[in-house]
Amino acid sequence: MTRVIVAGKHHRLASPPGRRLSEVLRDELDLKSVKVGCDAGDCGACTVLVDGQQVCACLIPIAQVDGATIETLDADDDAVKQKLQDAFLDHGAAQCGICTPGMMMAAVELLRTNAVPSRGEVETALAGVLCRCTGYAKIVDAVMGLSPRAEQAGDHAVGVSLRRVDGQAKVDGTEQFGADVGPADALLVRAVRAPYFHAAFTLGDIDAWASAQSGIEAVLTARDIPGQNRFGVIPPLADQPALAERVARYLGEPVALVVGTKDAVEAIDLSEFPVEWNPLAHTTTEAEARDGALLHTDRPENELICGRVVRGAPEEALKQATFVAEGEFQTAYVEHAYIEPEAGLAWMDQDTLVIHVCTQAPVMDRDDTALVLGLAPDKVRIVPTAAGGGFGAKLDLSVQPLIGLAAIVTGKPCRMVFSRNESMRASTKRHPGTMRAAIGADADGHVVAMRFDGDFNTGAYASWGPTVATRVPVHATGPYRTPNYHAEAHALHTNGPTSGAFRGFGVPQAAIMQETLYDDLAQLCGIDRLAFRRQNAFRDGDVTATGQTLTSVGMIECLDALRPHWADALQRADQHDAPHTRRGVGIASCWYGCGNTSLANPSTIRIGITPDGRLVLHQGATDIGQGANTVIAQIAADALGLPVDRFQLIGPDTHLTPDCGKTSASRQTFITGRAAEAAGAALRDTILRQTNFSDAAELRLDGGTLSVRDGSKVQKIDLGAPNKFGYALMAEETYDPPTSTLDENGQGTPYALYGYGAQIAEVEVDLTLGTTRVLRMVAAHDVGRAINPLLAEGQIEGGIAQGLGLALMEEFLPGRTENLHDYLIPTVGDMPQITSILIEKPDPNGPMGARGLGEHVLIPTAPAILNGIRHATGARLTKAPALPHRVLAAIQAAKETAP
Amino acid sequence: MGLQNGYFRPTSVDEALDHLAANDLTIAAGCTDLFPATEQKTLGGPVLDISGITALRGFRKNETGITIGATTTWSDLIAAPLPSAFGGLKLAAREVGARQIQNRGTLAGNLCNASPAADGVPPLLTLDAQVVLASKAGRRVMPLADFLIGPRQTARRADELLEGVHIPASALMGDGQFLKLGARKYLVISIAMVAARLVIADGVVAEAALAIGACGPVAARLPKAEAALVGQPMDPGLINASHLQGYLAPIDDMRADAAYRTTVATELVQRILGRFAESRSA
Repeated sequence: MTRVIVAGKHHRLASPPGRRLSEVLRDELDLKSVKVGCDAGDCGACTVLVDGQQVCACLIPIAQVDGATIETLDADDDAVKQKLQDAFLDHGAAQCGICTPGMMMAAVELLRTNAVPSRGEVETALAGVLCRCTGYAKIVDAVMGLSPRAEQAGDHAVGVSLRRVDGQAKVDGTEQFGADVGPADALLVRAVRAPYFHAAFTLGDIDAWASAQSGIEAVLTARDIPGQNRFGVIPPLADQPALAERVARYLGEPVALVVGTKDAVEAIDLSEFPVEWNPLAHTTTEAEARDGALLHTDRPENELICGRVVRGAPEEALKQATFVAEGEFQTAYVEHAYIEPEAGLAWMDQDTLVIHVCTQAPVMDRDDTALVLGLAPDKVRIVPTAAGGGFGAKLDLSVQPLIGLAAIVTGKPCRMVFSRNESMRASTKRHPGTMRAAIGADADGHVVAMRFDGDFNTGAYASWGPTVATRVPVHATGPYRTPNYHAEAHALHTNGPTSGAFRGFGVPQAAIMQETLYDDLAQLCGIDRLAFRRQNAFRDGDVTATGQTLTSVGMIECLDALRPHWADALQRADQHDAPHTRRGVGIASCWYGCGNTSLANPSTIRIGITPDGRLVLHQGATDIGQGANTVIAQIAADALGLPVDRFQLIGPDTHLTPDCGKTSASRQTFITGRAAEAAGAALRDTILRQTNFSDAAELRLDGGTLSVRDGSKVQKIDLGAPNKFGYALMAEETYDPPTSTLDENGQGTPYALYGYGAQIAEVEVDLTLGTTRVLRMVAAHDVGRAINPLLAEGQIEGGIAQGLGLALMEEFLPGRTENLHDYLIPTVGDMPQITSILIEKPDPNGPMGARGLGEHVLIPTAPAILNGIRHATGARLTKAPALPHRVLAAIQAAKETAP
Repeated sequence: MGLQNGYFRPTSVDEALDHLAANDLTIAAGCTDLFPATEQKTLGGPVLDISGITALRGFRKNETGITIGATTTWSDLIAAPLPSAFGGLKLAAREVGARQIQNRGTLAGNLCNASPAADGVPPLLTLDAQVVLASKAGRRVMPLADFLIGPRQTARRADELLEGVHIPASALMGDGQFLKLGARKYLVISIAMVAARLVIADGVVAEAALAIGACGPVAARLPKAEAALVGQPMDPGLINASHLQGYLAPIDDMRADAAYRTTVATELVQRILGRFAESRSA
């Protein structure tokens, strides 16, 4: 029997001696702040202190902690911990919050012996904990104890760097993620997954196998699915089975579920499951796709869809152009690598299936799960847990239909928690792209035409492939005037992992192609690279490649804000003198349309005041760490005219809260923000109508009493009886952005508003090792109106971290890098110093002028870094990531071709 | 702790050797390689957990040299007052994973796991390390270079326990260095790495030990390069690619291709030597 001391209490542990400490802390001692992200010591989410030393609890058999004192974030017993909690809130250091407990415990170890650590000491202490949201900057600032950044709301909430309204649970370890909810004795669901990229299969004698195991309650296959075994985020193209039938199309596709008691199911060797595999020829790259066996018989040449935008006479214009830059660029599969693997719990509440799950799209989950399980949508209730990162991949179904099926069949609560390997096999990826483009400019350096053709590996199933194929041609010009244009993007099926949504929907890949060629053109034209971009940048009144006239474009403002930094960085690069390294500076821009492309995507916000004076905001924009809970509350507060701290939030539970759509496409601040603005204003109107006061009147909500003051006049509002939702006063408003469909040439208004930005990267490249260090980034983004500047900065820093990974290290190789030590994401030591500049050029369509930001921030990073490498070394890369061996080869190639 | 669910946690070496003689056991120490190798929540048994044997942790010095106990952690190595010949090993210890791994991972585990990219191996090779293998039949000592046979392969018999690593007194001279090349700063498996221990007297290299890792199935000493240095004033330029020829057998993997590893190997050796040149001039 292992004995441990936790928070001063002695515990005797009944778990077996070889069990992972992380499991025992979570299950036996209910210390749920200990998060499990990888079970391999790669992510550090389970960092706890054992006798004062930070360790990964997932790597320790409990026998080894016999007699030890174990500290987790759960116990609020320590002054250092409490101070850190405040610091994390004051710096916005927790976004999704999944890494926060591990980060804080690592920091506690440091701060106990070193109260005022240097930046380097903090980085070394936190190096073992990965964060995918923040870019680490604010975490390091918080641990260093720098001056707080968060502000108090004054007369207004909008524009103020408030602490996150949902932050406390993230910093005290009580936040509940997908694996943290539900009863301890819930049944466990595990999936039997295909061990081949492509294989026909025959199920064997499952009943005999199941009866030979103990503790199994059900084994489920496709034939047990009561509804339509085909789902997809774009209904007309739905093609993905919840459980494969006869053929598995990608490595890791689920073919069966085993459901039973936790201990029993956990111990089963699923490789013994009775299924006979017959491997088939397979493809994993876009280059092989067209010639491969058809994955879906109705899609010739394995082409899912081709997106196309054509304007003017591009070929003629290219012929007449004084300068033409041409090239090809290839990008890799990129893994979202959120620290929280997919997890959820399903149970039957009478005839309603309730699913608690980490998700970005609760209503879509509800509808697709209902379809698969043959239920009416209102008989499925999705209750989103906190999401430990999403970045696009938690828009697709993962555990939902599987645990739903298990719960229906067994009638008991059923839990499924993906392992890291399972998560990396089964979740969607960023599309690998092979892109070819040519851009022409006239003698003065004005871009006259562009041709772009991209093949995107969309993997086995449709997922968001159509969105990528549509978004890429719309955006591939970059935020630059391109009067003549021809762009096509093809989404091609392979037996690789399904590519879906990943922060930017293909636009980050296209931006690498375009911005590489812009550096070529600037050089050909003999114009400074920033000036070249500035002279071609969109201005108010310019027309995009889809024929949309833009208003309120902040590109020039962004580039002008970067100008002094550009000059300084170029000078520093020039002056750098070291034996092995050269420094370089790169620049790139972005634009990105907020919301669905040419499709309706409304959000509805409900705000109510109960008879006893509670102010409730039904906030349906799923907060996956980006801050929607805070930003939407800030907008609602100012629109209504009550302080933000009066609001009680009800989250995106599909039974309680109207649909705010999915958290994707940088749409929540804009679209849900507009709905919140409208609902706040409508409720204010309702209240003011009970008075004869002017619109300038001031609302007050104190101790359950709502009153209105106008100058010296004060009127108490009678709250009266509740409506069917329980509110005495209520407003519910919907906003759907005005767009139009694109014609066969891609002409139309795909988005109601765009966000803009540009970034500078200062890099140092080792000329003989090919390694790259990003020293500084300066990012200027036109956010229209910064609803919460601190959260906006957090988005920029996090986007830069992911862009840096895309540029330098992230390459998902199916079947080979399905863990977080072979698949590398940036650590705290890889991040540059980041300067964020928020440009506020209000957009008339945005709530209080605000635009979306979440995806924009990632787009310019990779091309800016790659252009910086080229500036430093002459190496023109044609493949990302720029791993050291690729950079070195490109440096050598550049030397050989140099005149 | 005795047997519980196929889990042995003895407190003495003799007890451990008894278990090893009687059973086919997975030896567990820091578990920083064992647990990542499985998705199971409980270590697959039967397991011999040697972390409870206090005699196996720490440093012993006598006239024959210094012996590092099997379960000595990377953090122990970083904190220990050791001769500057251990400089490379200490630097390597700081680059194994991050603090969580350094606090648990053990030296013997790093050797027995026998990864071609094991960070501990090149510096230990430059220290002429010998491994001490104990069994009921007695003890045998063999050079680390012989112990490591290939990727995930060692000369340890199933009934043997790697008790410790012995650094002979003759290798305690000079200064050690370590240089690791990876695609990110922390928590990274080496693309390639080099270690060096040099004895420099009056500006002339009196003794040289160089080793390279992750450039072949096992890390290797670089005797040609060592020979080129000895007797010469310290100058990294003495080494060129020809001195490494025959000692590298790199592969293509997700971290780098073989051609790259071959190219940078020489550069890394020159750079690590440059550190000695710098420290001499400083």
